[in-house]
Amino acid sequence: MRYLPLTDRDRAEMLATIGVDSIDALFADVPHQARLDGLVDLPKAMGELEVERALWAMASRNLAAGSVPFFIGGGAYRHHIPAAVDHLIQRGEFLTSYTPYQPEISQGTLQYLFEFQTQVALLTGMEVANASLYDGATACAEAVMMANRLTRRGHAVLSGGLHPHYREVCETYARFVGFEVAAQAPAPSGGEDLAGLIGRDTSCVVVQNPDFFGEIRDYSEFARICHEAGALLVVVVTEILSLGALRPPGEMGADIVAAEGQSLGNALNFGGPYLGLFASRDKFTRQMPGRLVGETVDADGRRGWVLTLSTREQHIRRERATSNICTNSGLCALAFTIHLALLGDTGLTRLARLNHFAAARLAERLERIPGVQLLNQAFFNEFALRLPRPAAPIVEALAEKGVLAGIPISRLYPDRPALADVLLVAATEMVTEEDIDRLLRELREVLS
Amino acid sequence: MTTLRFTKDHEWVRLDGDLAVVGITDYAQSQLGDVVYVELPEIGRRVEQGKEAAVVESVKAASEVYAPISGEVAEVNEALAADPAMVNADPMGEGWFLKLRLDDPKELDGLMDKAAYERLVGEQR
Amino acid sequence: MTDWSRALSAHPPADPAAPLETITGNRGLQIEEGLIFEQGSSARCGVDFGDPAPFEARLGGLERQAEIGLPGLSEPQVIRHFTRLSQKNYAIDSGLYPLGSCTMKHNPRLNEKLARVPGFADIHPLQPVSTVPGALALIDTLAHWLKTLTGMPAIALSPGAGAHGELCGMMAIRAALEVRGERRSRVLVPESAHGTNPATAAACGYTIDPVPGNPQGRVDLDALRPKLGPDVAALMLTNPNTCGLFENEILDIAAAVHAAGAFFYCDGANFNAIVGRVRPADLGIDCMHLNLHKTFSTPHGGGGPGSGPVALAASLAPHAPLPWVVHGEDRLELAEHKSGPTEHAIGRLKGFHGQMGMFVRALAYMMSHGADGLRQVAEDAVLNANYLRARLEGELSLSFPGPCMHEVLFDDRFLRDTGVTTFDFAKALIDKGYHPMTMYFPLVVHGALLIEPTETESKASLDQFAAVLKALAAEARSGHVARFRSAPQLSPRRRLDETAAARRPILRWRPESSHRQAAE
Repeated sequence: MRYLPLTDRDRAEMLATIGVDSIDALFADVPHQARLDGLVDLPKAMGELEVERALWAMASRNLAAGSVPFFIGGGAYRHHIPAAVDHLIQRGEFLTSYTPYQPEISQGTLQYLFEFQTQVALLTGMEVANASLYDGATACAEAVMMANRLTRRGHAVLSGGLHPHYREVCETYARFVGFEVAAQAPAPSGGEDLAGLIGRDTSCVVVQNPDFFGEIRDYSEFARICHEAGALLVVVVTEILSLGALRPPGEMGADIVAAEGQSLGNALNFGGPYLGLFASRDKFTRQMPGRLVGETVDADGRRGWVLTLSTREQHIRRERATSNICTNSGLCALAFTIHLALLGDTGLTRLARLNHFAAARLAERLERIPGVQLLNQAFFNEFALRLPRPAAPIVEALAEKGVLAGIPISRLYPDRPALADVLLVAATEMVTEEDIDRLLRELREVLS
Repeated sequence: MTTLRFTKDHEWVRLDGDLAVVGITDYAQSQLGDVVYVELPEIGRRVEQGKEAAVVESVKAASEVYAPISGEVAEVNEALAADPAMVNADPMGEGWFLKLRLDDPKELDGLMDKAAYERLVGEQR
Repeated sequence: MTDWSRALSAHPPADPAAPLETITGNRGLQIEEGLIFEQGSSARCGVDFGDPAPFEARLGGLERQAEIGLPGLSEPQVIRHFTRLSQKNYAIDSGLYPLGSCTMKHNPRLNEKLARVPGFADIHPLQPVSTVPGALALIDTLAHWLKTLTGMPAIALSPGAGAHGELCGMMAIRAALEVRGERRSRVLVPESAHGTNPATAAACGYTIDPVPGNPQGRVDLDALRPKLGPDVAALMLTNPNTCGLFENEILDIAAAVHAAGAFFYCDGANFNAIVGRVRPADLGIDCMHLNLHKTFSTPHGGGGPGSGPVALAASLAPHAPLPWVVHGEDRLELAEHKSGPTEHAIGRLKGFHGQMGMFVRALAYMMSHGADGLRQVAEDAVLNANYLRARLEGELSLSFPGPCMHEVLFDDRFLRDTGVTTFDFAKALIDKGYHPMTMYFPLVVHGALLIEPTETESKASLDQFAAVLKALAAEARSGHVARFRSAPQLSPRRRLDETAAARRPILRWRPESSHRQAAE
């Protein structure tokens, strides 16, 4: 078998060295009742060719985003990834290395994570960032728990503009970890009053910017209101590219930023693996979850990096850890770092501009369709439309015609009939004028 | 004359006027290694004898520091934030952790004196 | 970094045997490399785009005003920068990685090829489900393989890694207890457990009650029994345990746990020892997380991403987190909300559907091996570890007598009176060209050294490793303490000052913090 180097002769020699007759002797501790004498009921070993055929067959039943006009966002975005990124992350020293617990022989990983932490802090306008969490949704839940620890309060208010998956994850953690979240109803046309919901037991208010419906707001004044009430402001960003165009949460007074980094360096991958970004203020560092890379010097006085402040983590604090997280999203963070190193300020700003242009162009043309109403005052690369009829069947019909038109809100909010005709549409730098032409043509036809 | 007492968990307590000063012993700091951070309680917090009052961290470990006696936290050693190494350098002096307003001076009677503590450490080494 | 312009005028070292100094600090193929922030410029960009035609922005007046400060680099510079960084890393591709309980096996490249196929990589989680039947089929097939290997009727696939899977398991247990109307507050955890176990149980609001081991390195059943009571929610056990030993009394343990009305959680990090030879369901386990990045070869990636699916007994299956891939009338469906059969799901633990990229890799791995190959994996893993045990037990101090499973545990008794600690020993191993084994874990022995070779090491590789360890042990005993204390000498960096890093954390680059080293 191609991945197993031992030959039968090796095995025989090794058993002799060990001093047993057969491999079964080494499994003697397994109770008789639990021993499998034969093979489990699964197919036997396959060569590369057969495995490829089997998995290609599954893959080819899926409609790949790149093969059709594509307008889906909702927390995961299709962007162009420069060819260099994928080549670099497949270098064996990155792909097959372990967590950098032995810093002397892990300086590659530690240095890129230090660069990553810096990039995330700069992008979000915050002071310190960690070395990644699983994804934006779990980062959001961790942010709430950190706010609870810092304020010693147990109640979080979640804006109705928060991505429903993020809300659901917070609710799950709240139920089992033992705190409360008050999730507001989604309001695509705005009008939410969060200030009135802040009480003496409120640890934080969680807002998303741009929100789930793509709306952009200035939270500076709201940050002040939170702070006066002794609560923290958590800002969620699901499209990290938006920070190439917009004022960052740090400038608006955010205390914690929980974000999804997938847009940079990482493909859609049907939802995972993604990249949780987590940033905060220096004074809160010791309450941050996840790994942190710090700079230091070695015995020769040369600069190097190590994992640090480890006493927050599970392998030391055990039951008193700030989080139980161990493995996080290293390689996804590397892809992000490489992509952003290629872009820099200039490239990121330009890329963000291309995104906004595509969405503005699309919105302008869609608004002209009778019965179609744009709900946003402002947006970056995603916005919400109210259609004259329920959106889900329209999306399905368009899919059959080879256009992936967006997300019907009813998919995420099946129990809110008032939102059934709302469609979430995204346009990135990957969208062409021809794609927009196709969408409009098919949409007009389906609506008539 | 100041009263200096010790606990079996290697904390010391010394009366200083009407406050009790608390820290960890030289043996404790040598076992911990380089101290990198000390988590001190807020002023006004009540601590109970034998319960956690502070946490002292080295690179690889975090240890609870238990209150040798019950009382209210009157002062904490702010200097340790900037210089946690003081705990290693002068554990019985400048490396003090906190000062308590004692509930009951009699609680000191149940603690070890210097000789008894040194015997304990001798056994543990 | 050496300030090479000053070093130009430095005198050459008087002693020709002294290490060679270069003006760059480079040493042969080992190249010094600064931060991107020290090289790039915000004006440079390594990606070419056109600019859009002028248009009216609709950003609500919230345009970014200030520069971000992110440096950009051309493609050649980026390739060189990250290539140089990679060359400072040890990796499975470079050599044996003897980390206990990490299962550092070879990462097959077929997995990487198939994960990148557009039909898997370029599909959006919220596309109409009718456009991705192949994705659901892949998830369902993976689930089938994992259920068959574990013998369990259900599997939750969304957790992002092992610790997340543990959280999932403990939440499912609490949900099941709530349905029963029971509030149990205690979780039993062996003293040898990995730190994620008590951290996870505590996160779910349980108090942790540690269970000691017996002299044979297993859970002490006599100590366990009196701890079981109506307030115990679960026992969290690792099997084989972190000492590399199979819990031979596991059936009695399961019976005792169930008799007390508690759940039996198993940490599946060490599944590599028994895959294809033992099914956890047959051991009485109710709930077990698997690490796709351990047993099932998905790459460690320098710290993730992983994937931590959780196999569930029938009593816990209704509580699996959303979404579920379910068998509809004539096709697979994605159940994303609580309703009907998913009514008692614990909700969502993660955005979207789980680590699909890792699912593809793990399934490719499993299909490549098949039922016969996977059984061989466990056998070779156990064989390799025992071979090392047999070759080393004379020189290093074996903590528990007798055969081990896929990993072997030594402690520091063999270093007694040498002045060399486990830490020094491990650092010296780096100079010999190896990543150290797991040190100081588990906590139940002093100065632990836990070695897991995995099945993808050849006999020759093991022979060399054993020879190096024996030579090192002999060196330690011969009194060359200084060499151990100053190790490693040959790695890209020598021992780093972790105390300074923790006392004065520098967690990011800042424009004013250009750390330039003085010339030697």
